[in-house]
Amino acid sequence: MLRRTVEDASTGSDSDYSNSWISWFLSSKGNEYFCEVEEDYILDRFNLTGLNTEVQNYTQALDLITDNLDDDFQEELRGSLDIQARLLYGLIHARWIVTCAWTGQDDKYKKADFGRCPRVLCQGQPLLPIGLTDVPYEKSVKLYCGRCEDIYSPKSSRHGSIDGAYFGTSFPHLLYLVYPSLLPLKSGPTDPTRGAGAVGLVPGAGATVDDPRRRGRAREELVEGSDGLGDTINTAAVALRAERYRPRIFGFQVNEVAKLQRWQEAVRDRQVARLEALEGP
Amino acid sequence: MSRRSQQQAPVDTNQPEVPEDELLSATGEGDEVMEEAEEQEGYTSSTPTSSLTWISWFCSLPGHDYFCEVAEDFIEDDFNLTGLNAMVPFWKEAMEMVLDVEPDEDSAKIPDVSIVEASAELLYGLVHQRYVLTRAGLHAMAEKYEAGVFGSCPRVYCMGCNVVPCGRSDLPGLDTVKLFCPNCNDIYVPASSRFQGVDGAFFGTTFAHLFFQTYRELMPAPFWKHPSSSGSLSPSLSPRSVTGSNSSQQAPFVNPNPHGGQKRAAGKVYVPRIYGFKVSERAKSGPRMQWMRIRPESPEELDEVDWRGRWIDDEEDQYDDGIDGEAEEDRRMEDFDPVRHALSPMPYRGAHILHRITQTMMTTMTTTKRKKKRSRRRLLLEEVDVML
Repeated sequence: MLRRTVEDASTGSDSDYSNSWISWFLSSKGNEYFCEVEEDYILDRFNLTGLNTEVQNYTQALDLITDNLDDDFQEELRGSLDIQARLLYGLIHARWIVTCAWTGQDDKYKKADFGRCPRVLCQGQPLLPIGLTDVPYEKSVKLYCGRCEDIYSPKSSRHGSIDGAYFGTSFPHLLYLVYPSLLPLKSGPTDPTRGAGAVGLVPGAGATVDDPRRRGRAREELVEGSDGLGDTINTAAVALRAERYRPRIFGFQVNEVAKLQRWQEAVRDRQVARLEALEGP
Repeated sequence: MSRRSQQQAPVDTNQPEVPEDELLSATGEGDEVMEEAEEQEGYTSSTPTSSLTWISWFCSLPGHDYFCEVAEDFIEDDFNLTGLNAMVPFWKEAMEMVLDVEPDEDSAKIPDVSIVEASAELLYGLVHQRYVLTRAGLHAMAEKYEAGVFGSCPRVYCMGCNVVPCGRSDLPGLDTVKLFCPNCNDIYVPASSRFQGVDGAFFGTTFAHLFFQTYRELMPAPFWKHPSSSGSLSPSLSPRSVTGSNSSQQAPFVNPNPHGGQKRAAGKVYVPRIYGFKVSERAKSGPRMQWMRIRPESPEELDEVDWRGRWIDDEEDQYDDGIDGEAEEDRRMEDFDPVRHALSPMPYRGAHILHRITQTMMTTMTTTKRKKKRSRRRLLLEEVDVML
């Protein structure tokens, strides 16, 4: 977990270094998943509540992040302070991305900076970073696919060593909860415009000011043959449209796997019936 | 074709048809290939000590890690090649190249050796597709599998289950090779881009599944019980604890179906949470896909679904506690809805049935889906009659 040596850390170019600690941190290799936390957010002590117990040398680490560290700080301590600063930034980052300041991440999502789902039938759905725990130094970062709703390990070991707590367990789910228009389709090619649909979303604006036409379209895509009632996205039956792989030997399904898949689909149908019942007539 | 350009360098040293090969062959590059070199003696009389066959050279190229070496006598048996000569251009020359046979004098009329290279590659791939279905081929692939050559499943809760190469089509030129995970029964794109140039047809659609039918001890069973659960739900722990650590304490795993997978499955399913609270399935963004990954706790539960995919005991009130313990709470909340109370003495079922009827009447379903639901609708209508 980011236990890098100082020599490693100083690979960022000097010009970046002189800029600010955050931009240097973001530009250094392996930190592509992170987005920039606004300085105002960091400077608001309320947002940092409780972090002083998690991070040693909290004050100095915070000073380092905000470029306020005294120049006469002991050089030999800089190495360990750098680790603490990374930890602090990571923990602030986990809090920042679940605020409404989604804009930075949005761009990363659209560009698939976090990679694409390795599952073939997800057809390259862009992924989102997620932690399995909010406690640092426990689990590395994973990637969540909104299409198959599963989590995958990052391809590159460089990203496989990032602490999952720097992204938190809630981020993708909160994102899709707040912006249902971002919910990926369950079938067909990945729609690049769906990601772009969030361009108009400004922090704080919320999902309610979403363009109604776009919402209508999203709904159409989500529920084919919908009953035309209500103007919200109906996701009760989306699972029925999800594609799945069927193992076959010379064209014939494999008995035990087919049995399991039938059972799984029966569970799915039951959930769909349950959800459709909730939608009401 | 990057492969072609890479080839040029080693061709000079390894290809038997190149005269210098005889000079270099004395250096001997590997013991294991020596045997094969001897086997082919009858065919390449001039190079009896050839250090590296075309096949082992081809399999050692970067990106060709998934290929196993097809035995030469398999390729030499015409029966195994039935129908392939129509698919491979320059058949004779390609065969000669793959088998390291000295080309005939008149083969000089082929202007570019790279054309034959492409044919040889296609030929080898298609033969490979057939070979890996034989006992010897399956065995060769099993060795690679256990050595982890094919990599492991990227899905976190498959706990690094090893995968096997798998094609999506048996015809060449349609799709690249994919990886099949026996634990989640799904296919994935290889993590490394070096496999983007490998045709999936060279492994075929059948191999992955025949492989796990043959080596059942490598196939995870279709059921899974939470190791720590004695019926009690410990959802807060489930995504965090690791199955691998528990396996040592448990009795040896047995699947009552002798034809099924005999390995303990990694059955954990990801449960989305916001600040530690599960996302309700009633939310628009709630979980919709957990069905694709869950397994029943016991093999008997699989028999609760008939061959058409319907619950034999069609109780709508049943649900799977395996995935969502909160479903029950959702259900109870429903009972407090006064409107639905007014509809019938059985609040939940009544509302559900009425909704079902309108739903089935209004929605335009695909024919297959409609067929599937028709019998259920009839059943529901009967229930309404009873209630009225």
